[in-house]
Amino acid sequence: MSDIADRVKKIVVEHLGVEEDKVTESASFIDDLGADSLDTVELVMAFEEEFGIEIPDDAAETIQTFGDAVKFISAAV
Amino acid sequence: MRRVVITGLGMVTPLASGVEATWERLIAGQSGAGPITRFDPSGVVTQYACEIPYGDGSDGSFNPDDWMEPKDRRKVDDFILYGMAAAQQAVADSGWKPATEDEKCRTGVMIGSGIGGLTSIAETAVLIKEKGAKRVSPFFIPGALINLVSGQVSIRFGFKGPNHAVVTACSTGAHAIGDAARLIAFDDADVMVAGGAESPISEIGIAGFNACKALSTKRADDPTKASRPYDADRDGFVMGEGAGVVVLEEYEHAKARGAKIYAEVLGYGLSGDAYHITAPSEDGDGGYRSMQMALKRAGLEPSQIDYINAHGTSTMADTIELGAVERLLGEAAETATMSSTKSSIGHLLGAAGAVEAIFCVLAIRDQVAPPTINLDNPAVAPKLDLAPNKAVKRRIDVALSNSFGFGGTNASLILGRVTD
Repeated sequence: MSDIADRVKKIVVEHLGVEEDKVTESASFIDDLGADSLDTVELVMAFEEEFGIEIPDDAAETIQTFGDAVKFISAAV
Repeated sequence: MRRVVITGLGMVTPLASGVEATWERLIAGQSGAGPITRFDPSGVVTQYACEIPYGDGSDGSFNPDDWMEPKDRRKVDDFILYGMAAAQQAVADSGWKPATEDEKCRTGVMIGSGIGGLTSIAETAVLIKEKGAKRVSPFFIPGALINLVSGQVSIRFGFKGPNHAVVTACSTGAHAIGDAARLIAFDDADVMVAGGAESPISEIGIAGFNACKALSTKRADDPTKASRPYDADRDGFVMGEGAGVVVLEEYEHAKARGAKIYAEVLGYGLSGDAYHITAPSEDGDGGYRSMQMALKRAGLEPSQIDYINAHGTSTMADTIELGAVERLLGEAAETATMSSTKSSIGHLLGAAGAVEAIFCVLAIRDQVAPPTINLDNPAVAPKLDLAPNKAVKRRIDVALSNSFGFGGTNASLILGRVTD
């Protein structure tokens, strides 16, 4: 797994309090990992902070799964 | 009017997490004061406070993991954590588990706070200054709002009845219990989970009360001696933190389910000083009228009060309250006992009134008045027995608890042994 994926996973595990093996490519933050809408806002902010990028609101809305997040961030950094 | 009784107790205090552990240490005359560890106090005047003993949950220590998951705790200010802990203790103690939708809708929550998420407000302001407004957490507001203790408790247990929160500075806890009891008396609910929670031991909290000249500053060498209500050498209150929560229940409802009934809420009085933002009027008129109103509601004579848990913060105002109580009781002051448990646990601000009401309940249960520790040299000669340094075993059928707050807001609760 890439360095980016590892760092994203660490944030997800920490913020959502889930087991690491639950954070799979297709795992949805809301449907599979127990996040609510405020959790997803906070996750996106944590990604921005960790990777020094800006994720606009319309782009943030497309980040639904762990895989989406890794893909978006890999393209942005 | 429907009768209201107390069927569950919960607390987190600087002496311990849990009602029995706190009570045992209180009766033994222990102090919860020590050097400030919550933050680096080098920038503030007062170097000590009464902090909750964090630990693994054994021997009365407070283990946050026992009450909220780490991922949820991260989203709330500590006053919500303390309130959640005390509420869970109280609900478990009461054994009340509403099963039907109607029972859930008849169970409400009213847990207040004097200041609420002070620490997170300060930290977020610093964050904005350093990193910009876009970095503000979506959990900042719901983690700092005072009524979110009531909100969190209702979500945890599914209590769908009245959901409310009191904000009356240091009278909050007493007002919450009194107001919640009225909701039951008025038939708006059958059960109310009520109390107060506070987490003011942060740089902004200590600095703010230091600026008001309200805190003790002179006893960094021995913080356990700093909170000394009525003593000639007192020099301000010692900041505390924690929460107190009770389960209030309609009398017949409690009897029907065979609940353990601790005490009855007999009277409740409220008043305003209309005098000064931080100081009580010198004749103690506001507190006097608050106590008088509670007595009238209870239908009792002053001579029927056995124990008074005073507001008694270890400030100049102690003797004003003492004078008002002695005026109210008249000759009966010679036979009543009054103590300030803030001598042991410090001042829990919005949680104080709730924790102290619970101490009154336990005083009635165990027939013992907790001591006023550090009272070595009374500032005035009291007519009342102030239980200096030693708990007093005595008959206690009726107890009065006073709470007075900034803004001149006063609350008095009268609790009594349940009789048929």
